[in-house]
Amino acid sequence: MIRFEHVSITYTDHTQPILRDINLQLDEGELVLVVGRTGSGKTTLLQAINGLVPHFTGGTLSGRVLIDGRDTRTHPPRDLADLVGVVPQDPASAFVADTVEEELAFGMECLGLSSDVMRRRVEETLDLLGLNELRYRPVMSLSAGQQQRVAIGAVLTSHPKVLVLDEPTSALDPAAAEEILSALQRLVHDLGITVVMAEHRLERVIQYADRVIIVPGDAQPLVIGTPQEMMREAPIAPPVVELGRIAGWNPLPLSVRDARRVAGPLRALLIGQDPPQRVNSHGDSTAELVQAQNLTIRYGQHVALKDVSLQVHSGEVIALMGRNGAGKSTLLNAIVGLRAATAGTVTTQGADPRSLKGTDLLARVGLVPQTPGDLLEATSVAAECRAADRDAKVDPGTTRELLTSLASEIGDDTHPRDLSEGQRLLLALAIVLAAQPPVLLLDEPTRGLDYPTKIRLVDVLRNLAQAGHAIILATHDVELAAGVATRVVVLADGEVVADGETAAVVVASPMFAPQIAKILAPYPWLTVSDVVNSIGPVILRSHAPTSGEAFT
Amino acid sequence: MKAALACGNLAHARWLHPGAWWVWALGLAAAASRTLNPILLVLIIAVAAVVVAARKPDAPWARSFVFFIKLGIAIIVIRVGIQILFAAALGTTTLFTLPSLALPSWMAGVRLGGAVTLESILIAFYDGLRLATIIICIGAANSLASPSRLLKSIPAALYEVGVSVVVALTFTPQLVADVTRVQSARHLRGRVTKGPRAIAGAAMPVLEGALERSVTLAAAMDSRGYGRRNANSAAQQRLAAVLLIGGLMCACFGTYGLVAAGSPWLLSTPMLAVGLLASLIAITWSAKSAIRSRYRPDPWWLPEWLISLSGVFAAGTFLIATWLVPLQMTTPSDPPTWPALPILAVLGLAIALTPAFIAPPLPRVFIALPRAVSAEIEVAA
Repeated sequence: MIRFEHVSITYTDHTQPILRDINLQLDEGELVLVVGRTGSGKTTLLQAINGLVPHFTGGTLSGRVLIDGRDTRTHPPRDLADLVGVVPQDPASAFVADTVEEELAFGMECLGLSSDVMRRRVEETLDLLGLNELRYRPVMSLSAGQQQRVAIGAVLTSHPKVLVLDEPTSALDPAAAEEILSALQRLVHDLGITVVMAEHRLERVIQYADRVIIVPGDAQPLVIGTPQEMMREAPIAPPVVELGRIAGWNPLPLSVRDARRVAGPLRALLIGQDPPQRVNSHGDSTAELVQAQNLTIRYGQHVALKDVSLQVHSGEVIALMGRNGAGKSTLLNAIVGLRAATAGTVTTQGADPRSLKGTDLLARVGLVPQTPGDLLEATSVAAECRAADRDAKVDPGTTRELLTSLASEIGDDTHPRDLSEGQRLLLALAIVLAAQPPVLLLDEPTRGLDYPTKIRLVDVLRNLAQAGHAIILATHDVELAAGVATRVVVLADGEVVADGETAAVVVASPMFAPQIAKILAPYPWLTVSDVVNSIGPVILRSHAPTSGEAFT
Repeated sequence: MKAALACGNLAHARWLHPGAWWVWALGLAAAASRTLNPILLVLIIAVAAVVVAARKPDAPWARSFVFFIKLGIAIIVIRVGIQILFAAALGTTTLFTLPSLALPSWMAGVRLGGAVTLESILIAFYDGLRLATIIICIGAANSLASPSRLLKSIPAALYEVGVSVVVALTFTPQLVADVTRVQSARHLRGRVTKGPRAIAGAAMPVLEGALERSVTLAAAMDSRGYGRRNANSAAQQRLAAVLLIGGLMCACFGTYGLVAAGSPWLLSTPMLAVGLLASLIAITWSAKSAIRSRYRPDPWWLPEWLISLSGVFAAGTFLIATWLVPLQMTTPSDPPTWPALPILAVLGLAIALTPAFIAPPLPRVFIALPRAVSAEIEVAA
């Protein structure tokens, strides 16, 4: 279906190719997962499939890419539209029409299909993706998960044989991500569509993949294999695989279900063990830094927060969880003074954030927004750091020093737009930290981050908490929450529905439990390192079942 | 035609072709432009309001009618106000006298204040009311016909223009969202969020964001097949577009010439004819060469005929009435007289009111329940 023959791609202004001499053959009805660090060339590989590279992006492509026999050199993207459907990273940015139904029909109109065919396919697609109730809704009024499904539906109506998705679940809450993945699963199994998908959140998708392509970056050759083969050696792996590797399980489990079936002996080891305590690392001398009292915030008719009360102490790391649109961002915005309370109060260190300006605000509370790039407006990293020093009225060089401690590899002359997603996040973090705010807020910090950057972020956050900062993360990433949070607050429809110690809140929850907790339930161990710390890798391994036992 | 009549079940809920509403509203506006009789003008507004109330969909763009009413009132107030303050008094029935200001000799002819007569106020009021009525008719079309559906039914030769307008319309709210986001970011960095410096600081990121978004959108549209066409037809398409725009402009000038009093109709009639012909050729031509098709195009069935003809009928009765009973159509204000009620024009308006009853009812729009609620229902079931 998809064939790459000796493909090398070099962008204009670059001396080195981003991908070199790639040979690849993907068959019909395969679900292929593309993984790799940010900037490794994943997106380039995906875009080469429908000819966006090089027709749209520029650069040179040598060798050839054949899609069902059509050569992308002679077929620009619009002539492959009936064969390849592309869903971009941010589906909302690609919507053309204003209602769901018209959006689904747009591609077919461009192909010139007859109107009874269009009508039939729209109805089929609405049913296939469970969109029927949304058909007359404006696309912009939908939630992120619904938009993602509409974007998939919009390319499906052209009946493509290949579906290309760039990080389809990165912006979604766990439930919405499940919905998308099961829809894709159905397409692969029932319609025989070839799905090529890039995704950083391996723990969500690895179990569905038929093959995995690792793009190592720096024009190194691709590594291709089945998920089992790949996960045995891969430097990055979801927690279930990590646990399986340490425990020596064979075959290596990829899903929670498989792992749970072989984890019986391991669970037996945990009986009577003290579960790991996630204590406030700052010790007992904690001060109350943020206080929200019966906070209610309304936008017009819509109530974003209802009667929320929350106290945050120094040294705490709070994970704020809940579905898209539950009010997480609104709460963070209220704490930093971007939103006025309709009723109730919110104070940080005794002051109303709405009344604070300039350095008074910066020295109390800092927020790294969902798109950290919003904070950056200078033309170089050095200028950005100098501006941050001025804003915070601190000694020149403070921000750069902080940045060096977070990410020493970021050069002074780089334009902030040329940084990777993760580097931009760390730069924004350094800018926010320049004024030493005791309260640090992060909105979806791991969106689009690869594993190595995520591990680095976890370290940074732990150190900050140890130094006495109070940190609140709004996140969908259950593994991140399990890794750093001392406390989890779950919001639903603007109300606090759970607030407590991490393990107590997440272990019993089907949506927010991390993989390890699901495998080991009812025992409250949340991460691989917790398990290793409690039992020790040697004992763990000695209790591994042999492959014969595992599935009997 | 027979099939079209058969399909046009009046009771069947569907969206009326937006073109039909526009023809109806323009007919009313044309009628309004022919009269200075306040009773007729108020009747026209009433007809428009009743039809809007009966067939207005529940959508953001449909709420604009109230805005147009307010605009109409503002027009009348301004028109009368200008008359009172600046214009020379007509007639003899002085209502009151404003303190007048003696102006220097080089401004002779301009008057400030002075006597205010009933006659001049009436003239200004009728004049303002006429303009307000025309504006309100346009407003009625605006809130009855969805702008995006209207764009969808523009001829294939202008398809590219139509898509650009739709995309621009969806872009604007996103740009507003961008501005808010950038302002929030400035707040987070402890900088000023108001004033010229803030605008200068925000301009760059907002423009960059918009540029990035348009590149993404262009890539997405290209990937979905936008701009696919038959070989060799690019030049033809361009020619068709030029022909269509030129033809429409020609037709516009011609129509103006016909409607405006005092222009040579010997020139304007051929102009209108040539313009219409050119547009027609362009439309059929580009419909042949384009590959793209249209999803659920709005049909033009019996209700569309009836509704657009009712507007045209009203305009026709007004035209005939001005010819038959010119004095009843323009209410003399010097000396002030009671306006008459020309039966023919009222009959025309009665016909123009029928869309309130004969237009197909609006389809019910299903709004999905929030996820939490539907989950509860599932659990309960």
